Amino acid sequence: MNFQAVKSIYIYEMSRTARTLFQSVVSPVVSTSLYFVVFGAAIGSRIQSVEGVSYGSFIVPGLIMLTLLQQAVSNGSFGIYFPKFTGTIYELLSAPVSFFEVILGYVGAAATKAIMIGLIILATSYLFVDMTILHPFWMLFFLLVTAFTFALLGFIIGIWADNFEKLQLVPLLVITPLVFLGGSFYSISMLPEGWQTVAMFNPVVYLVSGFRWAFFGYSDVDPLISVAMIGVFFAIMVGAIWWIFKTGYHLRT
Amino acid sequence: MNAIVSVQNLSKTYAGGFQALKSVSLDIKEGEIIALLGPNGAGKTTLISTICGITTPSSGTVTVGGLDIQKDYRETRKLIGLVPQELTVETFETVTATVRMSRGLFGYKPDDAYIEKVLKSLSLWDKKDTQIRALSGGMKRRVLIAKALSHQPRVLFLDEPTAGVDVELRKDMWNIVRELRDDGVTIILTTHYIEEAEEIADRVGVINHGEILLVEDKAELMKKLGQKTLEIDLQEPASVIPDSLSKYQLQLSESGEKLTYTYDTNADRTGITALLTDLGKAGLVMKDLATSQSSLEDIFVNLVKEDA
Ligand SMILES: Nc1ncnc2c1ncn2[C@@H]1O[C@H](COP(=O)(O)OP(=O)(O)OP(=O)(O)O)[C@@H](O)[C@H]1O
Ligand SMILES: [Mg+2]
Repeated sequence: MNFQAVKSIYIYEMSRTARTLFQSVVSPVVSTSLYFVVFGAAIGSRIQSVEGVSYGSFIVPGLIMLTLLQQAVSNGSFGIYFPKFTGTIYELLSAPVSFFEVILGYVGAAATKAIMIGLIILATSYLFVDMTILHPFWMLFFLLVTAFTFALLGFIIGIWADNFEKLQLVPLLVITPLVFLGGSFYSISMLPEGWQTVAMFNPVVYLVSGFRWAFFGYSDVDPLISVAMIGVFFAIMVGAIWWIFKTGYHLRT
Repeated sequence: MNAIVSVQNLSKTYAGGFQALKSVSLDIKEGEIIALLGPNGAGKTTLISTICGITTPSSGTVTVGGLDIQKDYRETRKLIGLVPQELTVETFETVTATVRMSRGLFGYKPDDAYIEKVLKSLSLWDKKDTQIRALSGGMKRRVLIAKALSHQPRVLFLDEPTAGVDVELRKDMWNIVRELRDDGVTIILTTHYIEEAEEIADRVGVINHGEILLVEDKAELMKKLGQKTLEIDLQEPASVIPDSLSKYQLQLSESGEKLTYTYDTNADRTGITALLTDLGKAGLVMKDLATSQSSLEDIFVNLVKEDA
């Protein structure tokens, strides 16, 4: 195991984040505050509370999930796409590193950044609403596993994409709609019967529900199912990466 | 022979079906400077990329330091440094950060003293904290060299190191190459320019259409294929070469004012004295004489032409 290489990739990627620290921190804080104003204040004045939780607090886990997924996917994809695009990938391919070590470095950094931003949003929310975290361990569990799973998805997208459009496609057309429809801003139980069934096919529902349960002890689906589902997603991503590795897909000519 | 890199029957067919390497075999001796000479698309970069692990071979084997490049890639790649043909560098990173990153990728702990030495030897030390995008093209190439040297490789590949480089930097480059060779580093460089191969290399390999046409000690090559020509300007144009001179390899120019004699510098006798005597006997009067040596360029052009 070439730990030195993993460390180098990780530090290098994190320093990219550090260079753009201002944007990295300020933009999620600003957009979260906007969500609080729009959803929390405007809509929240009509929807008093959901299952005993004030609407403003209720949306916090969903907001964190929304940003976590977007950040994990976009960092994960950009980290590996950029060297491909500039050609600097030659060095990675000629270095004594295994595919696993490359993934560990890039995905680790992408997930770290997403988690940091998730925690910043959580901290920001304390400025606006009262928050409780009933199950801190499970809160961190969902945060971590989700970040890694979607950073892996991002990594796969970054390997697959051969232009910037493709890089944007999946986050824009798949991730964002799924998150918005995944009960980030409402409880699935608020939906009409038929749509509740449809919603169960949305993987994000399980993430948001489990994450929200870790905060308030209330969930749309059994938290155990959420844990199982996130485990399944993680396994799917690892399987996909393994397959890409086996076929040498898209990296080595 | 002590081969540090050994290529055996290496073939490469790209995904599109194009065969860029056709059963190439080549042994590179430890400590030598070998130049791979060939026109655009000859397969030079493909050969280098395969040895370095960027391209996967379709068939054949490559060993570096006696180890297989696929089975023992961790060991072989540590031995190799690569300066790619394209100026592919990070944009926003500083020079030091990117060189340090390269060293780490190859599994070595940071060593600021060594990096300082490398940057100084490449005249990059005063640019160490500059973002790479703010460097000139020639400096970017130096950064690529610094990255390739960051892990103290024993074999260095330079893929067209002088493309887009001015005379001054080229001179520096050759000095660096010679210094590295003196330190025992084996150097493989590719070039389109024959003068470069002539100037720096110990051995020259000519490659075209994915095949190695020849590999030869530079001096041997020059000797073996080195022919000289003697050009004789005549006072009075001749219409034909007189029969008495038919035993010489002579060519008459169209205007009849110039005779060209081709001879081998290695032959026991060049035949010049006899020719000049016979020339006078045949009644031809010389106005002027000039000799010229065929360069590696001519050899190369001939080889590539024959191959086409
Ligand atoms: N990724 C690729 N996919 C398909 N064909 C390729 C690929 N890379 C190179 N080739 C083809 O393989 C042949 C050899 O290319 P290569 O880059 O090795 O040549 P070269 O000798 O380095 O040329 P140059 O002097 O122009 O750098 C060319 O015909 C090229 O078009
Ligand atoms: Mg080339």
